[in-house]
Amino acid sequence: MKSIFTLLVLFTTVTFTVDSQNKGYDIGDIATDFNLENIDGEFLSLSNFKAAKGFVIVFTCNTCPYAVAYEDRIEALNKKYAPKGYPVIAIMPNNVKTKPGDSMLAMQIRAKEKGFTFPYLIDADQSIYPQYGATKTPHVYILESTDRGPVVQYIGAIDDNYKDAALVKKKYVENAVDALLNGVPLDVTKTKAIGCSIKI
Amino acid sequence: MKYLLTLVLFMSMSCNSKVNDPIDLEVYNFEGIAPYLNLEGSKTYVVNFWATWCAPCVKELPHFESLQSKYIDSVEVILVSLDFPHQYETKLKPFIQKHQLKSKVVVLDDPDMNSWIPRVNPQWDGAIPVTLIYNVSKRSFYSRKFTYKELETELKTFL
Repeated sequence: MKSIFTLLVLFTTVTFTVDSQNKGYDIGDIATDFNLENIDGEFLSLSNFKAAKGFVIVFTCNTCPYAVAYEDRIEALNKKYAPKGYPVIAIMPNNVKTKPGDSMLAMQIRAKEKGFTFPYLIDADQSIYPQYGATKTPHVYILESTDRGPVVQYIGAIDDNYKDAALVKKKYVENAVDALLNGVPLDVTKTKAIGCSIKI
Repeated sequence: MKYLLTLVLFMSMSCNSKVNDPIDLEVYNFEGIAPYLNLEGSKTYVVNFWATWCAPCVKELPHFESLQSKYIDSVEVILVSLDFPHQYETKLKPFIQKHQLKSKVVVLDDPDMNSWIPRVNPQWDGAIPVTLIYNVSKRSFYSRKFTYKELETELKTFL
């Protein structure tokens, strides 16, 4: 009887610990699709992209200075990799009530000013970013399209120098997508960077 | 003409007085900040990573100031700013001045974040604010924001 009790306690403890650590995706997980409103008023899902080899999902926004520092580079990534089968999809995860500068209208204006060529979607009920486990902006998830679904292959930062694109030594996202396109293992699958916490 | 010259001279003199800016920022790359994460004195050290552009950081900053003044003998608060260099003059210095920050402020300017974030704490994902509290016997890392009460409660476990 005592051993059953101990086992039960152990089981609940382990389950609870595992659940509480399960904050979003890790490398190899299958990412959820979504149906989010784009700046053109249409709703967009990963499944709309029939020919995509994968996706560069970027949780980003208008109001975070780090996100702003990367705007041109995010656009450059789309120009370079969309034709190769890895389009950028930007998702704005903040609560627009706490951050009105991230409203759909503001997103549309920014996209127009900067000439974004990628979809800029709004995670309107803030239900997608927690599934991915995004904690800040910008936060990148590179997905590879497979028979099982979109598999997470890279999580983290865009490169190693937010301040100056000319001084970048390690282009994390480019290296990861190149490796996926070439069918070789990724050298670096996870990186860290400072960003603005996602506003709930 | 003579009057205009005097005026110009006077104006340029007034501008010069602004050069005597009382705030001298201590700006370091990570190697310069690292010692503040491992001070060996007898105090309890509270290191908070923040920035003027981070709303939750700014909201909790007064709590760190209150903590510093209340526990002046046993605690040293160090505020590590992650503000951008191009905003030191326009945002950071005016902020420090306006809020009359008494705690020590140091500025971290090191773009290779992937290298130093894990050195602050391996679990840190890069979001701010975060706070490190440590002394000779205990060390804890908090990836969260604090009310004053919560912060003081945590500090008391170190004292």
